[in-house]
Amino acid sequence: MDFPHREAPYVGPKADVAALMLQVLAALVPAALAHIWFFGPGFLFNLLVAAIFAAAGEIVMLRLRSRQAETGLSDFSALVTAALLAFALPSLTPWWVTASGALFAIVIAKHLYGGLGFNIFNPAMAGYVMILVAFPVHLNLWVAPRMGDIDYQTLTMLQTLQFTLTGLLPDSISFDAISRATPLDAMKAGLNNMQTVTEIKALPIMGSIGGRGWEWVGIFLAVGGIWLLIKRIIRWQIPAGVGIGLLLPATIIYILDPGANPGPGFHLFGGGAILCAFFIATDPVSAASSPKGRFVFGLGVGLLIYAIRRWGSYSDGVAFAILIMNMSVPAIDYLTRPHIVGHDDKAERH
Amino acid sequence: MLTAILTIATIALIAGLALSLAARKLPYDENALVEQVNDLLPQTQCAQCGYPGCRPYAAAIVEGTAAINLCPPGGEETVRRLADLLGKDIKPLVGATQPAVAVIDEALCIGCTHCRNACPVDAIIGAHQFMHTVIASECTGCELCVAPCPVDCISMRSLT
Amino acid sequence: MTAPTFDLGKLHGGLRLTANKSSSTATPILDMPIPEQLVLPITQHVGDPAHPVVGIGERVLKGQLLAESDSALGAPVHASSSGKVIAIEPWPVSRRNGDTAPCIIIESDGADKPIERAESAPDFTTLEPDVLLTQILHGGIVGLGGAVFPTAQKLMQARTCELSYLILNGVECEPYISCDDMLMRERAAEIISGAEILMHALQLDVCYIVVESDKPEALHTLGDVLAELHDKRIILKQVPSIYPSGGEDQLVQLVTNREVPSGGLPTDAGCLVQNVGTAAAIHDWVIDHEPLISRIITITGDGVASPMNVRARIGTTVADAINFTGGYTERAEQLIIGGLMTGRSVTTDRVPLVKASNCVLVLSETPSPGAEMPCIRCGNCADVCPVQLLPQQLFWYACADDERKLREFGLTDCIECGCCDLVCPSHIPLTFDFRMAKGRIRELADEKARAARARKRFEARNERLDLEQSKRDSELALQKKSVKQAGPAAIAEILKRKRQQDEED
Repeated sequence: MDFPHREAPYVGPKADVAALMLQVLAALVPAALAHIWFFGPGFLFNLLVAAIFAAAGEIVMLRLRSRQAETGLSDFSALVTAALLAFALPSLTPWWVTASGALFAIVIAKHLYGGLGFNIFNPAMAGYVMILVAFPVHLNLWVAPRMGDIDYQTLTMLQTLQFTLTGLLPDSISFDAISRATPLDAMKAGLNNMQTVTEIKALPIMGSIGGRGWEWVGIFLAVGGIWLLIKRIIRWQIPAGVGIGLLLPATIIYILDPGANPGPGFHLFGGGAILCAFFIATDPVSAASSPKGRFVFGLGVGLLIYAIRRWGSYSDGVAFAILIMNMSVPAIDYLTRPHIVGHDDKAERH
Repeated sequence: MLTAILTIATIALIAGLALSLAARKLPYDENALVEQVNDLLPQTQCAQCGYPGCRPYAAAIVEGTAAINLCPPGGEETVRRLADLLGKDIKPLVGATQPAVAVIDEALCIGCTHCRNACPVDAIIGAHQFMHTVIASECTGCELCVAPCPVDCISMRSLT
Repeated sequence: MTAPTFDLGKLHGGLRLTANKSSSTATPILDMPIPEQLVLPITQHVGDPAHPVVGIGERVLKGQLLAESDSALGAPVHASSSGKVIAIEPWPVSRRNGDTAPCIIIESDGADKPIERAESAPDFTTLEPDVLLTQILHGGIVGLGGAVFPTAQKLMQARTCELSYLILNGVECEPYISCDDMLMRERAAEIISGAEILMHALQLDVCYIVVESDKPEALHTLGDVLAELHDKRIILKQVPSIYPSGGEDQLVQLVTNREVPSGGLPTDAGCLVQNVGTAAAIHDWVIDHEPLISRIITITGDGVASPMNVRARIGTTVADAINFTGGYTERAEQLIIGGLMTGRSVTTDRVPLVKASNCVLVLSETPSPGAEMPCIRCGNCADVCPVQLLPQQLFWYACADDERKLREFGLTDCIECGCCDLVCPSHIPLTFDFRMAKGRIRELADEKARAARARKRFEARNERLDLEQSKRDSELALQKKSVKQAGPAAIAEILKRKRQQDEED
């Protein structure tokens, strides 16, 4: 009897890129729901616009590169980029800002560098930085969180949609009534005005640890992140590195001068630190790939986030920290190669 | 906004012009590049490219007077590597050869030394009016010895 | 008696795989009857090919020498049963995935008459180690774990090193294969006897028999025999069932916490590793005078009707073996000689079972893994690599044909275990790519060496020609000078002589 010839091993891999991406998206769902609950349906529209334009950019670029568009879309990586972008943006971002961010992320930061697996920079962060620098005003349209005692007005879904698409509010509502600065913005502005941390933390926008509403989103993000850790979709080195890099200097400087510096809890739950630690910095393509390298990468990200928040002019430094560390990945990988069994490292690497 | 676009576009234009000027005018270490190109060539020294050896061909490539697809013993592989090194387009190979070695039919050899003198890597040994033979392990298959033989006793045997 | 598990080194990575061994270990080993035709490849070992010492038409007896190799690295082949040599010709073999190699084909006469042996050999404990090793060489013993390295030569090389441990490999970590498990259950005494012979040959005092913890019956049996024997030198060790702890280098690391140097052998780390089957074969030869003419083979997979372990004569074709066990099922699609991760996919069942064949695995259609996607640098592969390589980096450099980087990142240390393939979400056939890349590195190194030699010869030739030319030039210059000095009269004389010559021609 005759048989065909195949190559060993004779069992297929169980893992799958699409499955990986879908699990990351699943881990984001609780936080997304919390976001919508506290800050209104703007997040949904951002996600929709980002997803549509990311998919469109992916299809066009794949066609231009003579590849199969279906294969590219079916791995869901564009959707993950869109979701992370939506998390980074304020709820009331106009549609064209989100769209240009998504297009920049997919077309330039991903495909012009070679497509999936070849990009040096995290596409979502590259897109965010581009619109942050190009359209700074429009990236300040933060909605006040839903809390019974804050004096604010909510927009209905239709009103949100109207604003996203046209930039117009209903006549009865003024922008000041619906928006508030983010906790990080408020902290930075307050500190620049020589207020103490205690005074700033008394603002109604502040919650118990981070900002109101934001700390809940942060908790759900952490839950999702821990679930990803348990399922071994991400490894502990990067979140640990980010955590230590951010919280160690934060704690030390807070202890040295508590009046002028917010504590580690605030740093952790304010801004995009948790999102970064579990979802953004762990993007496998743009992060380092050896275990030690991953920890160093995370550490660098955490330290840069703290440095930009404390001494830089931007209120949150997640995106810049990520992009700067992306650039150092080849060096990190080279310097943190693991020991190969049977090799004499001292003899070989000097 | 318009000023911003114009400014960035002008800067890009000036930078591009400066780069192309630098690429043309500034001196660079030609010799090092010729060495690198020569390293990629198979060292057959067969002159099928039209140059008397691999190094002259390498020099011509760097100068720009020779195309990168003229080396049959190097094969498509060498064209690809040269294209990678020099940033040129990959062109189809001009002529192709099978790997082969020269073999002398001892019965017919008259010891005239014509083939021995023709071999660019001295892979044929033999004195005047004594039997000649090809050192098969050193023969690069360049075929330069086949033509000079007055009794047609040397031929190429394919290695595949 | 349970074995102690302390003192274990650590093995990086590896995978826990579904064993799929319960169906083939449910029944004891069946002895397969002698088939009508025995096909014996002349070369059943790593090393230089052997040559036949019998002719076509010759009658041979069981255990008679059929082929031997004259080089230092080789092992003889013996007749697995009595009969007549009807042909010596190319026949499909598993070593070449179904392509042919020279084989001696014997038509068995059913009598199974053994060759006459000299009176019983002396007690091995009285023999000098070198004499014992020469005796082992004549038994055709090769490594039965699958590597088929000639055992005598391996032992001879080991004698030149400083050894601390003999390690008997009963780990058998690859899915589906269970022949060593059954051997340990049914022939534990022979294995331990083989261990004693080896310890005498190597003059060693410590022997570890290593078994995975998913083989309780084997551990039990070995433990009982050891308890009765009271030989303190032989110690039973249990290790967790992680693939590929059964690899030689990995086992050394696991048991002794020493790393085998890259490009080196376990003897460089003071250990000699032998498969339990090889130990039993050594016992059979040294004590019972039976050379290596049969072995235990697992016939299994969902493509065979009754999975089991059989003891078959070397030279039995796979087709005969499967027929004996009950034939194929309708779903038989893939024939593999070896295990699920490192076996050879063979194109025909006419291939004979040889010394290296530990398992015949017939699978129903292996599902195609899906389209290969770009590497997303997830690092799953690096997590499971037992040698602590970075397969994602090796993959990039293999695609780029970067020989230097491939060496630097340890491609030659890859044991091709297949763990990285199993965990890659982009479905990249990493093991296959690395196998190709290893061949490519050798090819490129050869090419480079040839080109370097040709270049040197070319430059030397140019120098020689330049030297000859400059000699000629200086001679000519000298001549010209002397002619000038001689004066116009001399020139006229030369010209007159030349004119005369031309007139004569």
